[in-house]
Amino acid sequence: MSTLTQAPSKASTAAGEGLTEEPTPARRPHRTIRSKATPWLFLLLPLTLLGLLTYLPVANMFWYSLTDWDGLDPVKNFVGLKNYVNAFTQPANLRVFYVSLFYFVGAFAQMGLALYFATLLSFSTVFRNMWKGLLFFPYLINGVAIGLIFNNFLRPDGGLDSLLISMGLDDLILQWTGNPAVVNYTLASVSVWRYMGLNFVLFLGAIQSIGAEQYEAAALDGANRWQQFRHLILPSIRPIVGLSAILAVSGALSVFEIPFIMTGGANGSETFVIRTVHTAFQLNHVGLASAMAVVLLLIVLVITWVQRTLLPDDPDAKAARRAARRKTKEAGA
Amino acid sequence: MTRRTLRATLAALKYLSLTVAAVAMMLPIALIVIGAFKGKREFLKSGPFDLPENWLDFSNFVTAFTRGGMLQAFANTSIILVISVTGTVLIGAFAAYAIDRFEFRGRAVVLGLFLLATLVPAVTTQVATFQIVNSLGIFNTRWAAILLFMGTDIVSIYIFLQFIRNIPRELDEAAALEGAGHFRIFFQIILPMLKPAIATVVIIKGIGIYNEFYTPFLYMPSRDLGVISTSLFRFMGPYGAQWEVICAGILIVLIPTLLAFLFLQRYIYSGFAAGATK
Repeated sequence: MSTLTQAPSKASTAAGEGLTEEPTPARRPHRTIRSKATPWLFLLLPLTLLGLLTYLPVANMFWYSLTDWDGLDPVKNFVGLKNYVNAFTQPANLRVFYVSLFYFVGAFAQMGLALYFATLLSFSTVFRNMWKGLLFFPYLINGVAIGLIFNNFLRPDGGLDSLLISMGLDDLILQWTGNPAVVNYTLASVSVWRYMGLNFVLFLGAIQSIGAEQYEAAALDGANRWQQFRHLILPSIRPIVGLSAILAVSGALSVFEIPFIMTGGANGSETFVIRTVHTAFQLNHVGLASAMAVVLLLIVLVITWVQRTLLPDDPDAKAARRAARRKTKEAGA
Repeated sequence: MTRRTLRATLAALKYLSLTVAAVAMMLPIALIVIGAFKGKREFLKSGPFDLPENWLDFSNFVTAFTRGGMLQAFANTSIILVISVTGTVLIGAFAAYAIDRFEFRGRAVVLGLFLLATLVPAVTTQVATFQIVNSLGIFNTRWAAILLFMGTDIVSIYIFLQFIRNIPRELDEAAALEGAGHFRIFFQIILPMLKPAIATVVIIKGIGIYNEFYTPFLYMPSRDLGVISTSLFRFMGPYGAQWEVICAGILIVLIPTLLAFLFLQRYIYSGFAAGATK
C-alpha cells in the first residue's frame, strides 16, 4: 500500500513541471519521459498481481506436473511424463470425465429452458418482472445454501418424496443422492436449477435488443409468432447461444460446489475439480494433481480457441442483425 | 372463433408453464422457510409441507447465530468484501487508465497479458496458487482471500477498459492544460466518470465474494476465519441431524441476498449481462 500513497505526489510534480514549460519547444522530450514512467506507475499493482497470481501459478503448475512433489518436501524429483500417464490411465481419474457428461447434457437442457422462457417473456406478459425475478433469483443464492436447500428437499421423506406420495407416484421415489445410478442426474438437475436464470436473463436481454419497429414490421406483414421467433428472435440471440454452448464444455469440467457440498463426491459423483483438490491437498500428490490441472487448462484453452474461431463475436452478431433487418425490410416491401 | 380459442389456449399454456417453473424454483426454498420455524421434535414428526405451529418461534435463528458463528461469519465476510471490492475497483481502473490513455512501449504486450489471463480459469491453477499464498505467509489469514479476490479478477479490468474508451479525452486534456497531474486527473476526472462501471463491478464482485466458497474453504480453514459460506458449510457437522437449525442458517444467509436483489434488480440484471458477455 505504501507505494500507492507515495506515487501520486511524484507523478503530479512531474506533470506540473512539464506543464509550466508548455509554450517552449523543450516540452516534447519532457512529455515523452513523463509518459514513459507514469503508465507503469499505474500498472505496477495490477501487473504484479497478474504475474503473481495468474502467470506464476501456471508456470509452476507445468513444472510441478513433471515432478513427484508432495507439496512439502524441499526436493522435487523430475519424473518426466509419468504423472500424465497416471492421470489418463487410473480408472478413478478417467471416471471424472464420464461424470462431467451429465453436467454437459444438463447445460443444454438448461439452455433449452432458458430460451423457452426468454421467448415467452419477450411477448407482453402479466407480472413480467415478477416471473423474471422468480426465474433468475436462484442464480444469486450462495452455493452452500443451494447445496443444503436441496439436501433438505431430497432427503428421504423430504419435500420431493412427500410431493410424489401426494400425487400417488410412490413408485418413483429413489435415493436421490445415495444411489450411484441416480446421483449424477440429481446433481446435474440441481445445477440446471441454479444456473438456468443467468442463461435466461442473457437470452432475454438479447431478444429485447431487437427494436420494436422490427416486430411491428413483422406483425404488419402478418408474421405469426413462430415466424417471428424463427426470423427475428433466433438470429438475434445466435451469438449468445453459441457462447453459452461452448462455455458449457468448460463449465461441465469445472463443476465443484454442488457435488462437493451435497455428497462430498461420494457415490460416484466425484468431478474433475473435486478429484484434483483431493489429490493435491488430501493425498499430497501435488505432481499428479498439477498434471490433471494442466490437462483441464489445456482442454479449456482448446475450447476457447474453437469458440473464437467459430464464433467471432461482434461481426457475427452484426451480420445476424443486418440479415434480420433485411428480411423484415423485404417482408415490408 | 377457433382462432380465438387457440389464442386463449396458448395464453393459458404460457401462464401454466410459467407457474410450474416458478413453483419449481421456489418450492425448495419455501420448505426451508417452513422448516426454520419448527421445533426439534416438530420437525421430525411433521411432514415437510406442514406449516409450523408457531411462526414467531425464532429460537433456531438464535441457535444458528450464536452457536453457528454466523455473527463472526458476517463480520469476516464484510471485512474481506469491503477491502477486496475497493482494491478491485482501484486496480481495474488503474490498469484501464494506463492502457487506454497512454502510448508507451509494451502497451500491446500488457494488454495481451490481461486478455490472455481471461482464458485461464482460476479453478485450474489452485494447486500452484496455493503454494504461492503459502510462501507469502498469508495462508489461513483474511489476506489470502483478499489478495486472491483482488488479484485474479480480469473481468473487472475488462469492464473498466470498455467503459473508459467512451469517456471523452478532451476532459483529461482540458484538466492537463489547467495543470492537473496524471494522478489528479485519474482521481478527480476519470474515477468519477467511471461511476456506472464501478457500480457494475461492485455489484457483481460483491455478490461473487458473498457467495464464494472455494477460496475461503481452501485458504482459511481456521474456525475464527469462517465466512458466510464456510460457516454455513460447517453446520452440516454438529447440526447434521438438526435440519431446523440448518434451515434457519440458510435463511440468515439468504435474506441479505434477497434484499440486495429487491433493491438493486435493474443493476443486477445489466451487471451480469455485462460481466458474462465481457
